[in-house]
Amino acid sequence: MTAAIALENATIAVGGRTVLRHVGFAVEEGEFIGLLGPNGAGKTTLIRAILGLAAPVSGSVSVFGAPAATGRAGIGYLPQVHSTGPEIRLSGRDFIATSIRGNRPGLPRLSAADRAALEEALDLVGAREIALRPFNRLSGGERQRLLIAQSLIGRPRLLLLDEPLISLDPRRQREIVELVRDLARSMRITVLFSAHDINQLLGAIDRVLYLGNGQATLGPVEEVITAPILSRLYGSPIEVVRTGGRIFVLSGAQEVEADAHLHDHGHGHHHHGS
Amino acid sequence: MGMLDYGFMQTAFAASGIVAIVAGIVGVFLVTRGQTFAGHALSHVGFAGATAAGLAGVSPLVGMVALTGGAGIAMGLLGERIGNRDVAIGIVLALALGFGLLFLHYYTSFATQATALLFGNVLAVSTGTLAVLAVLGAGTLVALGVIGRPLLFASLQPELAEAKGLPIRLLGAIFMTLVALTVSASVQIVGVLLVFTLMVGPAAAAERLVSRFGAAATLAAGLALAEAWGGLVIAFYTDWPTSFCITALSGIVYFGAMIVGARRS
Repeated sequence: MTAAIALENATIAVGGRTVLRHVGFAVEEGEFIGLLGPNGAGKTTLIRAILGLAAPVSGSVSVFGAPAATGRAGIGYLPQVHSTGPEIRLSGRDFIATSIRGNRPGLPRLSAADRAALEEALDLVGAREIALRPFNRLSGGERQRLLIAQSLIGRPRLLLLDEPLISLDPRRQREIVELVRDLARSMRITVLFSAHDINQLLGAIDRVLYLGNGQATLGPVEEVITAPILSRLYGSPIEVVRTGGRIFVLSGAQEVEADAHLHDHGHGHHHHGS
Repeated sequence: MGMLDYGFMQTAFAASGIVAIVAGIVGVFLVTRGQTFAGHALSHVGFAGATAAGLAGVSPLVGMVALTGGAGIAMGLLGERIGNRDVAIGIVLALALGFGLLFLHYYTSFATQATALLFGNVLAVSTGTLAVLAVLGAGTLVALGVIGRPLLFASLQPELAEAKGLPIRLLGAIFMTLVALTVSASVQIVGVLLVFTLMVGPAAAAERLVSRFGAAATLAAGLALAEAWGGLVIAFYTDWPTSFCITALSGIVYFGAMIVGARRS
């Protein structure tokens, strides 16, 4: 069976800085993978490489057996949010409709088939009502729900979700994670879901892909979120404490994942920062 | 004699009508992309272009199209790096006006035209210029008809558009070239300093009144047309400067739309 995503000895650089060094792993079709790692570890860069937006310096990045390239059908993508939305009052529905055949020349018009695909995607996430309101007036959770609907248009085989939980409260976070998990299972979609805190994804993901120090480790949560592996990925001694069904990743007395989360709230507007 | 018995009034109505429709539609994209200030700066670059052309003995419109077109492409290609930064744009704007002043200084007989360039003189548009405006306008609308869909997508969701394989820098550069052409045309009507009045006022008003993009573009074109022609009529009967009348209508419509839009939401 062909892997959904496969990196072989891949080295990926952004603006002259090597972000991932000789990385290799394979994500099987239908897996729900949590993508974690400290800020700047290369989560966004990895997603961009899978989309064909960051070519490997050496090695290979392939998606369903073919080299990663932009414009491939079957890939849904939710970029990391860093704007307050458009200045104009476009409805949520019209906003996500711009992505439908958005790379084709012509005027922005929808065919009957386009509208049907849009309605189907909105129904899948239960966002028909939300979609009627202006996009720039929606809450963070409502926007993410709509953008997930957008990424489902055309029934993709692979979903790449870059920090969809940022600036959501814990209840909304849980809703989004469960929504994606249920969709992935029922539609047999492979999902790469980047997040700051492993606890947000516990119970939903099949395996975790942890990035750090230019390296990547893919495996079950209990095998990857361990002191030796994380110490290697963070490049400093890390302690892992499991208690009450939650996992705390500590560096000295500091909780590093929670810190990373707070840090990103303060600088939520940087572009492709990680 | 009635207003339309004068040849220059007929030309003025035709010229301002063409420019208003194009400026209204281009303006909706400009507002959507958050690049209104860049559009304003382009018109000042046009001032330098027009005065340099005067110095070289070429038609000011040609100089304006050439220089704003070049600046538009540069802004588009530089993209987010400087293309959308207020300080960089502001300095380019000041620099362009400064150069315009220098060129005027060496071409003193051109100085009488400075006011027309800065504030427009739609009543003096020649039939030759009218033909150029018609070609510029038609070309801009055709180009927007081709790139409209990808441009809107890239404007609202650049990361996603890039992932779908759209050359977003190139699209930005093409769009800024169209803005440059529209600015050059608008300057013939309302002048360098008042291009906002046709390019941004109607578009911003339309986007407060309707939410569909197509409806906003149509309404912006209609508002711009009404403001331009209304301004001409008022100017004809009051003898006030036409550009003032258009600016006044544009301001009234924009602030009116703001109040209506705020009440509705």
